[in-house]
Amino acid sequence: MTAPMLILAALLLPLLAALLIGLCHARPQLRDAICLASALLLPLLVLPLVEPVLAGDRPSLMLGQLLPGLDIRFEVEPLGLLFAAVAALLWPVNTLYSIGYLRANREAHQTRFYICFAVALSSTLWVAYAGNLLTLFIGYELLTLSTYPLVVHKGDRRSIRAGRVYLGVLLASSIGLLLPAILWTWHRAGTLDFVPGGILAGRIDGWLVGALLLLFVYGIGKAALLPIHRWLPAAMVAPTPVSALLHAVAVVKAGVFTIVKVLLYVFGAELLLHEASSHWLLYVAGFSILVASVIALRQDNLKLRLAYSTISQLGYVVLAAAILAPLSVAGAALHIAAHAFGKITLFFAAGAIYTAAHKTRVSQLNGIGRQMPWTMVAFSIAALSIIGVPPTAGFLSKWYILMGAFEAEQMLPVLVVVISTLLNAGYFIPIIYVAFFKQADKKADKQAGNPVEKPAVHPVDNPVDKQAVNPARTSIDEPDSHGEAPRLMLLAMVASASLTLLLFLFPALPLGLATAIMEPG
Amino acid sequence: MNLLDHLPVLAVILPLLAAPLCVLVGRERIAWLISLTAAVASAVVAALLLRQVSNTGSLSYALGGWSPPWGIEYRVDLLGGYVLLLVTVIAALVLCYARRSIEREVIAARRVNFYAALLLVQAGLAGITVTGDAFNLFVFLEIASLASYALVSMGSDRRALSAAFNYLVMGTIGATFILIGIGFLYMMTGTLNMQDLAARLPAVADTRTVQAGFAFLTVGIGLKLALFPLHQWLPNAYAYAPSVVSVLLAATATKVAVYALIRFVFSLFGHDWAFATMKLDLVLLPLAIAGVLISSIIAVYQCDLKRLLAYSSVAQIGYMLMGIAIVSVTGLTATVLHLFNHALMKGALFMALGAVMYRIGSVQLKDMAGLGQRMPLTMAAFVISGLSLVGVPFTVGFVSKWYLVLAALEQGWWWLVAVILASSLIALIYIWRVVEVAYFQPPRPSTMPSTISSPIPLSRVEEAPLSLLLPTWVLVAANLYFGIDTSLSVGIAAAAARSLLGTELGAGL
Repeated sequence: MTAPMLILAALLLPLLAALLIGLCHARPQLRDAICLASALLLPLLVLPLVEPVLAGDRPSLMLGQLLPGLDIRFEVEPLGLLFAAVAALLWPVNTLYSIGYLRANREAHQTRFYICFAVALSSTLWVAYAGNLLTLFIGYELLTLSTYPLVVHKGDRRSIRAGRVYLGVLLASSIGLLLPAILWTWHRAGTLDFVPGGILAGRIDGWLVGALLLLFVYGIGKAALLPIHRWLPAAMVAPTPVSALLHAVAVVKAGVFTIVKVLLYVFGAELLLHEASSHWLLYVAGFSILVASVIALRQDNLKLRLAYSTISQLGYVVLAAAILAPLSVAGAALHIAAHAFGKITLFFAAGAIYTAAHKTRVSQLNGIGRQMPWTMVAFSIAALSIIGVPPTAGFLSKWYILMGAFEAEQMLPVLVVVISTLLNAGYFIPIIYVAFFKQADKKADKQAGNPVEKPAVHPVDNPVDKQAVNPARTSIDEPDSHGEAPRLMLLAMVASASLTLLLFLFPALPLGLATAIMEPG
Repeated sequence: MNLLDHLPVLAVILPLLAAPLCVLVGRERIAWLISLTAAVASAVVAALLLRQVSNTGSLSYALGGWSPPWGIEYRVDLLGGYVLLLVTVIAALVLCYARRSIEREVIAARRVNFYAALLLVQAGLAGITVTGDAFNLFVFLEIASLASYALVSMGSDRRALSAAFNYLVMGTIGATFILIGIGFLYMMTGTLNMQDLAARLPAVADTRTVQAGFAFLTVGIGLKLALFPLHQWLPNAYAYAPSVVSVLLAATATKVAVYALIRFVFSLFGHDWAFATMKLDLVLLPLAIAGVLISSIIAVYQCDLKRLLAYSSVAQIGYMLMGIAIVSVTGLTATVLHLFNHALMKGALFMALGAVMYRIGSVQLKDMAGLGQRMPLTMAAFVISGLSLVGVPFTVGFVSKWYLVLAALEQGWWWLVAVILASSLIALIYIWRVVEVAYFQPPRPSTMPSTISSPIPLSRVEEAPLSLLLPTWVLVAANLYFGIDTSLSVGIAAAAARSLLGTELGAGL
């Protein structure tokens, strides 16, 4: 297949899958098989593009003209391809996990779930491949709308309220701030194409640069930069595979990806370095990293702790991109991938713990490593990656971010990264410690096993029927012996944890893409 | 002279003749067939006309062979042809939809008259778009208005009568103002032909009489197009009229009034005089902004969905007036575009509500619970056209908003950008209230609505019949199609805006 065909096929495959999934509504086995098959096929449509792109080629596809002078156009460049590859690799893993999770927890509306998931994936690729701001904006909005049914999947009062926050914040920021930013850019530059070096140089100067940047950065609500982060913790009511989609594969990654794109290809490094009015971004990103880490430290609910950890990790990407040194930009791109692999594993583990043991709080996890060794080993690897310990992917990205900061002689980012690494360790190491080295707390366990238990302060997963939920449980009398989660979920976790390690051990391709972003030509 | 030369008059004459024919035949089914045929035929005529106009430029047709300026001239330019096509196509869709819909909403004895009145509305609106004569325009406006008062009064709710009466009083005041305005112009120039008027007005433009005439015309048309705060007749009229009538009025009547305003301001008086001398923008812009914000907020608090959409219409008309008041090619393009696009969205929304009315006999928000499962296609249509109202990409609403915001940016008016976007977000709130109730609230069996016809248990509510769904989805598809392939709608709107603002009147295309 030619490169433009590959682009089109990658965009259409998930949509086709959604259609087939809808048609197979009555036959769950076939439906799940279609999900998995199309998910496995997707990487084959994305990865062949790596070689030509590394060779300097920029395959593009033009779908048509939306408005005079504004095309729906796709162009694959290294950063977008890296993002697309991450999403394409994680879709099959997530599908595997979703099938296991939805079946084990007897979730309703499974067909709707898979359809929306596939559409969200297509929108993600749309964002990744977009060749201009308008095309990107369309994919961005479609992603918001297609993930809304996933967030409110349970349909109860609490998820509807969370859905309202989710949709409200994301659409309000994108329509209220991002859209005028795009229009302003169009008005000033007369083009919305992504061009290396930017399109705004010489078209706008002084404090206006900072103002436009403000519209962009806060308009891209998906990047969850403080204080536009409320939607992310709210969306934690969704089933765990959805949280994984939001945090690792699609939504927040689309956000930071868009910010990096805008910084590099709309403003251009030169303009931003030159204009002092845009330098506030570094401080805002640093602030976001540290504050979110501190909040994460104080969360007892496991998924909420992971959510705030995500907010702080997204700050890394923005911070690294805002340094604007070639090495730090490569670090930002790598961090999108590294954090995706790490965070998806962490969410998988949280979901597995919930499915097997019905535990949602960190304080309930004493000794759980002995019950669920595979889960907790995967969790530990991912946690180490988020902290940035070798031999995991997180080390690699942090290394590049720090090198970029030194190269640019920016000491503030270095300080932020160091402090936040300590904070990361502070909220992850205790979990690993208690899981493996502490005795299981009998009373807490009994309480957790009790079917009429009131949800915690920030209750997350609220099962339909707690007793019917646990196929892995071997004996009902003994609350201790819940064992591991269903095998499909374990398989997914092992896969994503190995990706974390593989990215460190074989970094050639992703590193090649990441460093090609700032290379001229 | 072959038939094609008579196209301008055919678009008016077809429905005008079909209306009495319906009454003479007196049989409901045949009356429906006659009206449908007339509507489809005039839609074809309108399409041919538009093609001819975009190929060869403005058309002039001397009614009865009396050459202008003595006789009545019909003059079709790109803008007129565009609005005419909109009116006739919507009317044809509405008639496809009407037969099933009025089974539940209009008593049998009135149905023949209902079709006749519907055709008269169409004839009047079509006439306004093709005529080149100021007094003739007034006559057509009155034909359309009188027929629509009758249509509103046929609603099954008794409150429809007071709504229609209210509409009649306000509408007549508006019509009187317009008549006075035209009279003043005639006094000063001795002509009623628009082109002639435009040529003679500059000479007498600084007289008190012409200025008063201008004011009378603006206020009169403002009443007809529901310019905030002259919109008081609209919410009740839309809410209590039969669903079909709400569709027709929301999608066409106010649009044609906006067309009339554009015609008078830009073609007759000329934008230089209207905006630079008479400062029309100083009146229009604040009222448009107030309308956009206040009506959107009022819409959020409505429990009757038809009334909610009615307030939303007042807000959307505010958008069109903003485009006019910006006085730039981009602004006027946005107005003409939104005139077309808003007809598509509101038409689809009201049609979806009509289908709901057909099945459950109510459009109260609380009665919509669980409808997302019971009537999936109807509600999907509602959601998509609702998103179009909000302005999500790939819908027509996005295209309108794009041009309107761009027009405001060109002037450097950031506060206006904020107003436009804030009101889109308010639109999101009122649309999403419906979505949450329809999709996530379980149906409540106890609250069975019992307004008309035999009540149906909610558990047995099914999808709307095909004859209601099909026209609805045609409009939904148009919402998506013209949101993606914008070359036709944007092309015509931009060309019309350029010609209206280009040189002085009469330059044509």
